[in-house]
This record gives sequence, C-alpha cells and structure tokens, in this order.
Amino acid sequence: MREVDARGLSCPEPLMLTEEALKKGNDPVRVLVTEPHQKMNVEKFAKDHGRKTTSTETEDGFAVVIE
Amino acid sequence: MNLSDSKKKLALAGVICGVVAACLAWFGNPANMAFCIACFIRDTAGALGLHSAETVQYARPEIIGLVLGAFIISVATKEYRSTAGSSPMVRFVLGMILAIGSLVFLGCPLRMIIRMSAGDLNAWVALIGFILGVGTGVFALKKGFSLGRAHLTNRVSGGILPALMLGVLILALGTSLLKSSTSGPGSMHAPILLSLAGGLIFGAVAQKSRMCFAGSIRDVILMRNFDLLTIIGGFFVVMLIFNIATGRFVPAFDTPGVIAHSEHLWNILGMYAVGFAAVLAGGCPLRQLILAGQGSSDSAVTVLGMFAGAAAAHNFGLAASGTALDTETQELVAGTVPMNGKVAVILCIIVCFVIAFMNKRSEGK
Repeated sequence: MREVDARGLSCPEPLMLTEEALKKGNDPVRVLVTEPHQKMNVEKFAKDHGRKTTSTETEDGFAVVIE
Repeated sequence: MNLSDSKKKLALAGVICGVVAACLAWFGNPANMAFCIACFIRDTAGALGLHSAETVQYARPEIIGLVLGAFIISVATKEYRSTAGSSPMVRFVLGMILAIGSLVFLGCPLRMIIRMSAGDLNAWVALIGFILGVGTGVFALKKGFSLGRAHLTNRVSGGILPALMLGVLILALGTSLLKSSTSGPGSMHAPILLSLAGGLIFGAVAQKSRMCFAGSIRDVILMRNFDLLTIIGGFFVVMLIFNIATGRFVPAFDTPGVIAHSEHLWNILGMYAVGFAAVLAGGCPLRQLILAGQGSSDSAVTVLGMFAGAAAAHNFGLAASGTALDTETQELVAGTVPMNGKVAVILCIIVCFVIAFMNKRSEGK
C-alpha cells in the first residue's frame, strides 16, 4: 500500500500530499497525520472525492487508510 | 462535539463568534475594533511594558481567553497535542511580519472583516492585498514550500503559553503592575470578565471549527473548498446586522474615529504581507493563538513573534495613525502611514519571499 507521511506538517500540506497521492491512482493509500483536525480533513477530502476511509489511532497520531 | 463537519455548523460557529464580537463592541471595546488580534496583542504588549505608546496599553482579556479557551476545549475533547520543532525562528519572524503588516493597515484579518461589515471602504481595498498575499503563499506552497515537521514533545511544553497567559490574567486582576491606558483605544474596553468570557467562547468555538481567515481564502484558491469561508460568511453577516442596527454602518473612506486610514497602497501592501506570512505560518493571527492553545509550541513562538512585532511597530514608529477629527478646528485630520512603516512593510514582503522560496519540503527530509 502506498503511504503518505504527513506527520508534523502544517496545514494544508497533509491535504496537498493526499491529493497528489490520490491523483496517481485508485489503489489504497495510507495517510499518516499528527493532529485530529488533519485526520478529519483527510477523511473529508477522501469522501468528497468518492473514496472510503478507515482511521486508526497510532502512537504519534492517526493513520487514515483511503480505499 | 464537532463544528467542522457540515457547512451549517461552520456558519453557526461564525454566527456565535460574530455575536461575541458584537457584544464586546456594544459593551465598550473600541468602535470598529470589537475583536482584533493584532490590536489586542499590541495593547497587551503595551500593558507588559514592551512598548511605551501610552494610548494602547491594556492587557486584553480576549487574547488570554482565546488561548485558554482553545487549551481547555482541546484538553476536554482530547485534541491537545504538545508539538514543536517546525522552524521555530522562521515562525517568530513570520509572527513579527503578521503584527507589523497588521498595524500598518490597522487591523488583523479578523478586524478587516469587522471593518468591512461596518462599511469601511479602506478594509475592502485592503482585502485585495490580503487575497493577493494569500495567493502568493499558495503559489509558494505549490512550489513545495514547507517549514518542516513538528514532533510530539514533552506534554508540558505545549501548556507553557496558556500558563503564561493565565499569569498575565492574574497580574491584571490582582496587581497594579501592568500598564493601563487612560485615554485612546487602550482605555476603551468591555468589562474584564465579559471580555474574558468572550475570549473563552470565541477560542473554544474557533478551535472546534478550525476558523482561519487566511485558511479560508487559501482553501478556495488551492482546492476550491469553501468550508472555512462559510465561517467568515456567518461572522460577517452578524457584524453587518449589528452595525446597521446600531447605526455604526458608515460606507465611506474617511470616517473619523474608527481607527483607519485611507492610504490605499499601504492598506493593500500591509495586508498583502499579512496574507502571505499567514499562509507560510499555516494560519492567520487568530489561528496561531488557537494552535498555541491546543499545544503547538511552534505557534506559541509565532505568537511571541507577534508580541515582538507589535512592540517594534510602536517603538520604531511603524504603526499607522487613524483618521480623526480635530476637536478644536473640527477639521478632518487624515490618518497616515509613517515612512518607517512603509519601509518596514517592504522589508516584510521581501523577507516573506526569501522564506517562501528558501524552505522546500524536500530539503527538510
């Protein structure tokens, strides 16, 4: 699975990296972020682009898997 | 509680903050300044003796409330994260630029919206500069701009700025150590507890809704996303209704007493610097206070930069003056931007460009 490591980056970099990854194909992408609002932003961005997400809490933030 | 998952909730957040700002204006905050981050940081810097402009010294409980409100709600809703390490000194400089640009225009982006809602056409002119500044920041982001990663740090670190703010509040309430203006904008304020309550509510709502004045325009330009702009819309509508209902809506350029000037080029360039710096710093002055409240030491450093910038603006004669009525001759005295202020804004813009194109994401890896 492709991975986007956006941990610790300021807004809107996590979304920009996610957008870049989603443009490259429809295969699942795992996005790592630190802040709760970034997790929500990534989830909403994926939903707005017709993709499903599953989020889990990690040691230093969140992992959002975009299917 | 999530205020950011639907446009209705976002608009509601804007309405709540608009009501808070309107109440504070009604109960004594300076006309047309209701709730201004740059002005209130400038006043608080004056109260702490960081500058000696006697008319703008008052420890604004709104600023303290914003940070504490964001801190309390983020702890309560488990969104508090103590982070640090994303180019702190660059952020300090960006904080200085946010304050200096704002004080040349005479208001942060929040006050720009408040001034727009009161019919101040200078603020509408400044909006052009703000949008261009945000646009330039977006261009830099697309070219790979980044200040690098923040990392989780000792839990206490993120609580330092809220603790310092609490300390300032204790000094303001319990001692006579802080300076307090007896005339001018610094002497005009709502009752302390009302201001504090307003700041706490505004801070909590801004934290939950992710309110950001630079972010709202940035997201429209970058992603055609209007979510954050919805909050600003709600806020603007409430302030517009308030200003019309209370006879404060005056559509004009040269309205005396509202602390504004009509030097169009410098209104545009002042807010250009603010829009540009805000995108580079990841949020407007309000958002920096909120992020600092929810544990970001990097944003706390930006806030300290704003205090330093506000102090410099008055210590070195950079801040603009507002158009006023001469009480003896009844003539209109136009507000101006001093030469030092003009030079400072140009330098701020140059520094923004240097920061924007010398900090690339790939270099930080």
